Amino acid sequence: MKNTHARQPLKSVRNMVQACIQCGTCTGSCPNAFAMDHTPRQLWQMLLNDRPRDAITSKTFILCSSCYYCTLRCPRGLPLTDAMAALTRLAKTENPGGFKKSQAFFHQFLESVRRHGRVNESELMTLFFMEAKDPVLPFAYANLGIKFLRKNKIRLPFVKQKPSRGLDKIFEKVRELETHS
Amino acid sequence: MKYFYYPGCSLEGTAREYNLSTLSLMNALGAELIEIEDWTCCGASAAHSLSELLAWVLPARVLALAEKMNRERKKPLDILVPCSACYLNLKKVSETCRTDTGLLEKINTVLAVEGLFLENRLIVRHLLDVLTRDIDISDIKQNVQKFFTGFSVAPYYGCQCLRPYAVFDDPERPESMEPLIRAAGAAVHPWKMGGRCCGAAHMTTHPETGRALVAAILAGARGSDMIVTVCPMCQMNLEGFQKKIAKTGPGISETTILYLPQFLGMALGLPESAVRTDLNLCITPGFRKKYQPLTAKPLSGAQPSA
Ligand code: SF4
Ligand code: SF4
Repeated sequence: MKNTHARQPLKSVRNMVQACIQCGTCTGSCPNAFAMDHTPRQLWQMLLNDRPRDAITSKTFILCSSCYYCTLRCPRGLPLTDAMAALTRLAKTENPGGFKKSQAFFHQFLESVRRHGRVNESELMTLFFMEAKDPVLPFAYANLGIKFLRKNKIRLPFVKQKPSRGLDKIFEKVRELETHS
Repeated sequence: MKYFYYPGCSLEGTAREYNLSTLSLMNALGAELIEIEDWTCCGASAAHSLSELLAWVLPARVLALAEKMNRERKKPLDILVPCSACYLNLKKVSETCRTDTGLLEKINTVLAVEGLFLENRLIVRHLLDVLTRDIDISDIKQNVQKFFTGFSVAPYYGCQCLRPYAVFDDPERPESMEPLIRAAGAAVHPWKMGGRCCGAAHMTTHPETGRALVAAILAGARGSDMIVTVCPMCQMNLEGFQKKIAKTGPGISETTILYLPQFLGMALGLPESAVRTDLNLCITPGFRKKYQPLTAKPLSGAQPSA
């Protein structure tokens, strides 16, 4: 783990949960706690006890489905769902290899948005399968995909969308601001 | 009643019936929806995981487009959003910018490349919010053409229309759908799963965890005739994988899943072709059989269902 530029953002996540009193309400409220390697409360404890490596390699935040129960119920009013999202972003820059599949998906998703302004669901899936290079993956989705095709719910990739909604300029500007900050 | 309308990407694709039934229902209730011109994606959860700034800018762009249309109007219109995920993305940027002027400035620096500007004046509202707070419930009661007598309906709210912003309902014990269900002549299925999480994208990224969450919801709906939803993600999770989930354990039988505006539209006598039940993935034979007698006497002008 290279921690040169990671130190700063990790500290900002730590600041988000600084006031945690370890009451465990977040864990008790989390619908995904049963599948996590560390509970949400344990994750905050790692951050506060200066164990960033444990926190960042945990699978906890990946299993957050943004239900906002913890954020709603935390007696200290901490922005816990946002902290989970911030950790996910961080982990992805730290260890891109560990997130190949989801990164490929999100990358293609945003590509689709950049090009068309809106998501073309079937183009997205095609590009995603190509980028993920996982031969089994398409079959996991095939069933639902066929149901949708039958109902005429997804467009075939070769149907052209209106090009005028492309968001190139916006994406460029965001990249420019983010590399300069 | 007039609103700006933001359907969002899912409602153009896999959730087309949510879009079409919302348009039909709101039209029947006398509300006018003005689609935001050339709207673009709200960023879903993809932008969030790659770039924080992009995750703010994409929904902000949609709000700025609505404001641009609003400048020609005397009274500001609210923005109506049926998809809970889109709703939260738009709501979040609008709420956060109210206090974080630095963020608003940064967003505007980006939007300027397209000549757009966000003042942050319009209010973002979920479809369920509009149905429960703007529509007079007696308007619905008096116009019901098909009473769903003998039906038990399980209201499923999911997460993001309730939390973190508690705008129109109790985020712990939601009940805003109950008067609507009763107005349609049905009973409310007693359960505690209404505000539980369906796992969102888990079904594709962590299918086992996703299936466990959905299984608990489907099991809780046992004894009801249908679950009604207000979000394309919830709808897809609940209706798309039932056969596979039924195999994971006992206590789960096939359940009809309808979008709330489909159910309300049917009660108001809209033909099924208007609320597009032909696009749903799970309407059980049992439901059809029970619904049939309600349709025995077609209303004048009603079209045969597609
Ligand atoms: S609910 Fe809040 S205070 Fe309690 S353990 Fe979780 S983060 Fe800490
Ligand atoms: S928002 Fe995420 S971490 Fe918090 S309770 Fe929900 S799933 Fe768990």
